[in-house]
Amino acid sequence: MPTVIVDGKDIQIGADERLNCIEAARRAGAEIPHYCWHPGLSVVASCRMCLIETGSRDAATGKVSMMPKLVPACQTPAKDGTVIVTASDLVKDSRARVEEALLIDHPIDCPICDKAGECLLQDYHFEHGQSERRADIHPFTSRRRDVGPTVTLFVDRCIMCTRCVRFAREVAGTSELMVINRGATEEIDVFPGFPLENKLAGNVVDLCPVGALGDKDFLYQQRVWFLKREANVCGGCAAGCSIHTEHNQDTIYRLKPRENPHVNQWWICDEGRYGWHHVHDPSRVLEAGRRLDAHSRAATAADASGFNAVEWADVVTRLRSDLKTASPAAGRLAVAVSPMLTVEEAWMLCAIAKSIDPQAYLAVGFVPRSEADETFPGGFTIRAEKCPNRLGVEAVIALFDHPGHTWTDLLEHVQAGHADAAWITAGYPTAPPHSPWIDTATAAAFEGLKCLVVQDLFDSPLFALATWRLPAAGFAERAGTWVNIAMRAQSFKQAIRPPAGVWPEGRLYWNMLGRLGLYDPTAVRRQIAESSASLAALAGDMPATGVDLRIHQLVSADSIHTKATPSHS
Amino acid sequence: MEDFKPVLLEAVGVPNGHTLASYLARGGYAPLKRLLTEKKPADVVELVKASGLRGRGGAGFSTGLKWTFLPKDHTGPIYLCINADESEPGTFNNRILMEDDPHQVIEGIILSAFATRASTAYIYLRYEYPRSWDRLQAAIDEAYAGGYLGPNIQGSGFSLDIYLHRGAAAYICGEETGLIESLEGKRAWPRIKPPFPAVEGLFKQPTVVNNIETMACVAQIARRGVEWFRSIGVPADPKNPRDPGSYGPKLYCLSGHVEKPGCYEAPLGITVRELVDRFGGGVWKGRRAKAAIPGGISMGLLTEAEFDTPLDFSGPSKVGCLGLGTAAVVVLDETVSMIDFLHNSCRFFAHESCGQCTPCREGTSWSLRMLERIKQGKGRLVDLDLLLEIGNTMGMMPGSTICGLADGAAWPIKNAIKKFHGEFADFIRRTNPDGWMVTEPVPALAILGSHASERLHERKKQNTSRF
Repeated sequence: MPTVIVDGKDIQIGADERLNCIEAARRAGAEIPHYCWHPGLSVVASCRMCLIETGSRDAATGKVSMMPKLVPACQTPAKDGTVIVTASDLVKDSRARVEEALLIDHPIDCPICDKAGECLLQDYHFEHGQSERRADIHPFTSRRRDVGPTVTLFVDRCIMCTRCVRFAREVAGTSELMVINRGATEEIDVFPGFPLENKLAGNVVDLCPVGALGDKDFLYQQRVWFLKREANVCGGCAAGCSIHTEHNQDTIYRLKPRENPHVNQWWICDEGRYGWHHVHDPSRVLEAGRRLDAHSRAATAADASGFNAVEWADVVTRLRSDLKTASPAAGRLAVAVSPMLTVEEAWMLCAIAKSIDPQAYLAVGFVPRSEADETFPGGFTIRAEKCPNRLGVEAVIALFDHPGHTWTDLLEHVQAGHADAAWITAGYPTAPPHSPWIDTATAAAFEGLKCLVVQDLFDSPLFALATWRLPAAGFAERAGTWVNIAMRAQSFKQAIRPPAGVWPEGRLYWNMLGRLGLYDPTAVRRQIAESSASLAALAGDMPATGVDLRIHQLVSADSIHTKATPSHS
Repeated sequence: MEDFKPVLLEAVGVPNGHTLASYLARGGYAPLKRLLTEKKPADVVELVKASGLRGRGGAGFSTGLKWTFLPKDHTGPIYLCINADESEPGTFNNRILMEDDPHQVIEGIILSAFATRASTAYIYLRYEYPRSWDRLQAAIDEAYAGGYLGPNIQGSGFSLDIYLHRGAAAYICGEETGLIESLEGKRAWPRIKPPFPAVEGLFKQPTVVNNIETMACVAQIARRGVEWFRSIGVPADPKNPRDPGSYGPKLYCLSGHVEKPGCYEAPLGITVRELVDRFGGGVWKGRRAKAAIPGGISMGLLTEAEFDTPLDFSGPSKVGCLGLGTAAVVVLDETVSMIDFLHNSCRFFAHESCGQCTPCREGTSWSLRMLERIKQGKGRLVDLDLLLEIGNTMGMMPGSTICGLADGAAWPIKNAIKKFHGEFADFIRRTNPDGWMVTEPVPALAILGSHASERLHERKKQNTSRF
């Protein structure tokens, strides 16, 4: 096994691993500062912040011979016997000088810079820079350049690492960004009339190590040190990108990609990045309500759409009895399990449905789709299926019922008069002015049902027919597990609390099942894993990058086989 | 030495010397047919290796050795790039060769392409040479018509196409990987090495980059033989096993304050004093010399006392200069202010730094701004220490940059301040009697006369919003 010597410590690396010195040193706990290098982009070795001393140790004699000059760690491969010195005086001096050089033209406007607090230039300067300025004092400059609809460039803050230029060229494949001028007058720019306008554009802001590229959506909204981050999963499409939801006081401020080599690597698309605004849309359904009926108490007045507000404690009891009353015969209850629900929520919903009607008709809810998957030159794919958990819901339904029922099947089932009651879960991010996910003609299929329960984020034609109007939760308000299009299950916690008056689905179902205490998705997940071979992989602690359900199925099938063999022999 | 006759510059002064007819009359292209038909590429490589020819572009790397770095069993194309982006201040030897004897260059290119098994050669010509462009293109057309280029040259079975590419006037395009990037149509940011161009160069194929004068030398070696070439110049130092010697004739570009500036051919190893006195007619106006640039501004500075330094590949480095470079000797007379000289040099490099590596991008512009301030009478003694520190820490040699441009920018700074420290210190004390001892940072000048910083200043003023 190859051995790399980092600051005198021997570190083993994999025989087929192609690491550079930054990555190898990181294994040893030595952080080599760098600006221009990024694992997802090509190596240019131009910022010169990662300069280190290297050499090689002779395998036979153990004699170390060092290179006479500094080399960039990002460009130098770590091989067997490579000696890395990350903190010699020569290296420290070189870092201090690079920091000093970068600050010669930098406006040092940290107090008004959005990046302050998460800025590499700041961090590295505190760690590696020198305390006094030796260059001349320049007048403060701050030029802003609009490089695209979502991104703005603070020209003077740029340190010319060219990460953004390389991203646009290599990953997005659109090459809008470029370097203009030469030497110290160099700037990032776009060609006139060709703004930075691609579906991955927002990533350049994450890539920017300093405050040069600003996200217009986040600019001046919140200081980053107030933000709390929760590891989450994007619900925008079936790719299920790993993200961080960054929030403060139950308000989301931005979404950032979370590195996951199995799913999204380092990137997310703009659709996902800005796809959180619906969570804070004022037109959300914020109250549970039941349509005015003979049993209603006169004290509670109906609202404009004809619903009486119902306390959640009453919802828990009355919903079950309503559905039971409406569909007394077996098989007369139809349930649409939304692909926006987590595996745990879907499982509890199915369990409730089966406890009301053991032959309830279970179908996957409406699956929003765009025309086609979109793959970028860097390999990143935006999926056409605009929901995060169709496969998870399908797997859950298969545990309870005949699998494979789709939303269309359910519509036909109801239209053919096979149902007396229906429970439609939705939760699609269709905040106005976007049109609702279901049109009036389609919704007409549910006319004449004795009881229709609709659980959704926003108003839709279904509510006009509904007996029960229940709010749904936004993606960051849920907790549980989503299964993406590649059968990778990722668990996440609740990032923010839902608005006052809203119970996320999980909490409602947990209470409807009569379980005690707070909703505990982990307990449900373990229970699912125990009862199902296909979802058995969900049993243990979930790693941050998720588990691949397919691989675990192969492994478990294999282990069953090996166990079975001795008994036959 | 006394009986040395120009070889590379043979055609200079010959009427219509640049035409094919004239070149043939002087015996040109005669060795080409013989070598192409009778020898193998490896033989030509051996021939050039044996001659001890070192690249004339500046670094002085052995040409034959460079050719052997090409992969032996490569199946795809191999490219030969000819560097005619002659931008080092004071240098114009390639221009003379391209204008007055282009066929000599083309013959060298054909032989080098044969040796390197390249079937395509690109000449990267600097923009500012319109006559070279015309003459070279005319010569290439003549050579095609005469069967010296194109398929099956002179019935030898070897084919070669030469493309003349005109750059857009950037100094950095003379760096070999910057040249390659520029040829590929990209911004001329030098590449990180390894991989070296011989392994992965133009269009990701093995590539050799050679200078125009090197090509002329190859043509002459083919015509006159290895013995002739090795009889000229400075033999290898027997005490230094790593010294490959400096053989052959060299074109020296003499300019500055001499009576007769021009491009002169002399054996390698001629001293600056000899060059100035014998060819240049002495320092102009009867003045005394103060200093000289040994080989292009990036090589540093020689004081008058060091004028006996031989101008071979190892001579200038013995007196603290970077090397021979392009052998462009610029003489400064006693009236020149070293502050002006260094300011000019810093302005050039700040303007030409490609801006890729932080130490060079910021170091060149920082040193220019300091020199500007010193020139304006606001200098401080501590500036000299800062300049020296910048000079000592930027470049390929300390490892802080990708290419050698920063070394070139650093050497004049280091040499000028070390060799003329007294003049700088006196100037600062005299012009800034109140502030020369200040060590705290001072406000920058918003200036003033400098191309680079003027533009910088103007750009900072305008706010841009276009969408």
